[in-house]
Amino acid sequence: MAKFNLNINGKSKEVEVDAATPLLWVLRDHLNLTGTKYGCGIAACGACTVHLDGVAVRSCQMPVSNIENQKITTIEGLSENGDHPVQKAWLEHDVPQCGYCQSGQIMTAVAFLKENPNPSDPEIENAMNGNICRCGTYLRIKAAVKTAANS
Amino acid sequence: MSIEKTSINRRSFLKVSALAGGGMVLSFSWLAGCKPTPKEVLSMPKEWFELNSYIKIGENGAVTLFSPNPEFGSNVKTSMPMILADELDIDWKNVFVEQADFYPERYDRQFTGGSQGIRQGWTPLRTAGATARMMLVNAAAQTWKVSASEITTGAGTIHHKSSNKKAGYGEMASLAATLPVPEEVKLKEIKDFKIIGTSKKNVDGLKIVTGQPLFSIDHKVDGMLYSSIVHPPAFGIKLKSFDASSVKSMQGIKDIFSVKVFSEDYERNFFDTATFPEMVAIVGNSTWEVLQAKKALKVEWENAPQSSFAMTDFGGNKSTGTIPAGLENSADHKAKMAEYTTKPGNILRRDGDPEAQFKKAAKVLERTYSAPFLAHNTMEPMNCFADVSGGKAVVYGPTQAPESIMGTLVQALGIPKENIQINLARMGGGFGRRAYSHHMVEAALISQKVNAPVKMVYTREDDMTSGVYRPTYSATYRAALDENNKLIAFHVKAGGIPETPIAPNRFPAGAIDHYLAEGWQIESNITIGAFRAPRSNFIASAEQSFLDELAEVMEKDPIAFRLELLDRAKTNPVGEKNDYNAARYAGVLELVREKSKWNSPLDNVHRGVSAYFCHNSYVAEVLDIVMKDNKPMVEKVYAAVDCGIVVNPDAATNMGEGAIVDGIGNAFFGELAFENGVPNKTNFDKYRMIRQAEAPKAIEVHFVDSKEDPTGLGEPFFPPVFAALANSLYKATGRRYYDQPFAPQLEMQNLKM
Ligand code: FES
Ligand code: FES
Repeated sequence: MAKFNLNINGKSKEVEVDAATPLLWVLRDHLNLTGTKYGCGIAACGACTVHLDGVAVRSCQMPVSNIENQKITTIEGLSENGDHPVQKAWLEHDVPQCGYCQSGQIMTAVAFLKENPNPSDPEIENAMNGNICRCGTYLRIKAAVKTAANS
Repeated sequence: MSIEKTSINRRSFLKVSALAGGGMVLSFSWLAGCKPTPKEVLSMPKEWFELNSYIKIGENGAVTLFSPNPEFGSNVKTSMPMILADELDIDWKNVFVEQADFYPERYDRQFTGGSQGIRQGWTPLRTAGATARMMLVNAAAQTWKVSASEITTGAGTIHHKSSNKKAGYGEMASLAATLPVPEEVKLKEIKDFKIIGTSKKNVDGLKIVTGQPLFSIDHKVDGMLYSSIVHPPAFGIKLKSFDASSVKSMQGIKDIFSVKVFSEDYERNFFDTATFPEMVAIVGNSTWEVLQAKKALKVEWENAPQSSFAMTDFGGNKSTGTIPAGLENSADHKAKMAEYTTKPGNILRRDGDPEAQFKKAAKVLERTYSAPFLAHNTMEPMNCFADVSGGKAVVYGPTQAPESIMGTLVQALGIPKENIQINLARMGGGFGRRAYSHHMVEAALISQKVNAPVKMVYTREDDMTSGVYRPTYSATYRAALDENNKLIAFHVKAGGIPETPIAPNRFPAGAIDHYLAEGWQIESNITIGAFRAPRSNFIASAEQSFLDELAEVMEKDPIAFRLELLDRAKTNPVGEKNDYNAARYAGVLELVREKSKWNSPLDNVHRGVSAYFCHNSYVAEVLDIVMKDNKPMVEKVYAAVDCGIVVNPDAATNMGEGAIVDGIGNAFFGELAFENGVPNKTNFDKYRMIRQAEAPKAIEVHFVDSKEDPTGLGEPFFPPVFAALANSLYKATGRRYYDQPFAPQLEMQNLKM
């Protein structure tokens, strides 16, 4: 066990966990930030996507000890009231079915749009391809990414 | 106008006060995280008045509607309250929706599956809404001393025209809640619906996009421990022993023990499919710590001998279930299925004299189709929270069928059902998998043993390898043609491991004079269960692929050919037991033909058609493929559906889109195989799921304008997709695809997948 100081959603948090613990479980079990989801644990589904200094990463593959002073953003820290343009676009297109994959989808989309504010369809498909939606809401995800890009 | 006797749903009208002595502790807002969010104008009222099990109204006019059925993504949590709200005659923006707990004394059918939520909830929910409205009207009549028949309502207000008296529902709610429940109520005319038939957004949308805890996997209480399980690595294997000391001293580990889901003399119910009734549980302080112990634990397994158990089926009939011994292989499955296709099966339906017709046929077309086992792979793995102590249990988890697991919990825990509260979590997907809810029993047993609240979570690997799969199937179709290329007889023989997929009285039965349907099944210890449109999801793909090829042999347009058959079934049906409506079936084919401009396709587009009827609804689909860089891409899918009245059109469209994507994904990639009882895939690195880039570029869903009562929607879009894809791939590549999944065959043709 070791102590780690993390900057999460603009706040500094201290946790005492095993150094190998993936950020995913630190968020979910120790910090009550359960918006970040467990789907596969092997970087194959995208459900656990968070931002490290604005870049989308799979938190299931990120040992807490590897994080050095980077700013972590989770779905809970994206906006105060769910009014980030990507969240708004998601609501406008009523994207979710079960909803389980959606925070990962949104986090991927936000990071992607920051890099590429004006994406083409194939670019969106490529960027979102790592996030599985078992319910098959892909068309609405794509439409919402486009709406967010235009806003 | 229809008049409903309220007695059909009497138990929904029980008041909380009447239940006070019932021993059940009621807690509607049981989860802090699930508290309703005040919407727009209204703040939370000071007091709620309950009009019946579904409806409570605050003194300020706010309305809380309880959605009875578990939500797994089909959006019943929005559409069921919409039905209540319309008959109650309120403004949707003043509504809070809450998920009801499992509470059979108050709700009739808290089951999500078989696409029956809206169909079976339709009249009870309308009646509950209309009854509450009537009680509010009666309260106003009593207060104003006027006749109830002169009172009108609208958007949550009550109005008496001649005396010009007006009141909000909130003002009358306290009196209304004390009035007797009317014996009969009038339901609205369809034309007067204001909410039903309009698109309303998912009531949990904001919570989902902001990552609020909605799922049981997100749940946490003070003092909660975390648990992981270790189940046998193969079918046909059981636990022999485990060495607790190998992990007991590991950091954060509290306890290791085995749990047994069924006691010796327990009589199982239809949904009691627990693949591994005994497993090892590890309990500790955090998920990561129990996962480390799970890896390190030393366990010995042994071959399981054949076993049997007593069971009671749906109809209450008692029987004995048998689990064969052995470590099974997919190669053996294939060989056995091939053998069964050549042997006589059980005759399920015979019209005319098909054997004689086949003998005299000028030409016989025969084709065999197959599909593998599939894992459901719900995005949220199996998990459950349980708090069992002092002879009481609270179980909060993802289940489609709480009623079916209650008895299993009772026998496993030794706690009477009055002391077990099942609370319904939003599910991260279901697809049939969560009708089998033994994860709840496992969590409850673990909590009971450690005497603390516990959250048990399966890893993805546990989830994918613990059974309850879609069965593997095979179907052989034969058609006899005379010298004029006319269809004279039709024969289907289909089976699977361990069930036959045939619905013998569905189309094309009824459309052909000489018809034979046979079924067979092969026993297995690989457990299976309902998977989105069980059986239909395979037999539709085989039948609709065969009809496509048959139409080609007969030199007919595939839609025109199906319509000819349906015309025969409509005007002069063969046999009496046909369980589809040929006119509605033809209706969706005609609609999809029109909407897809079937007769004038775009250049470079390869299209296939397919249609199916199941879960009381009719769906026809046209799927367009274009070849891009040697890769078949699904450009567009057109779907026409007849599911009666559509409650929430945009949400219904979302369901249709999802089911079509799901079908394309499983047709291309879905497959689980076995070697010595071991599933060959354990996670999404090997188990290929459809992803964004493979999804169709566009999907159009068209609903038949209908005044019929609503029918199923979550499943019917799914079965036709497989053949629509196979038939369009044939057009694109010149090859027929008989065996799912298609991607490996396409790759062998040097196409990219
Ligand atoms: S849980 Fe991290 S990618 Fe699936
Ligand atoms: S909405 Fe269910 S997995 Fe994406």
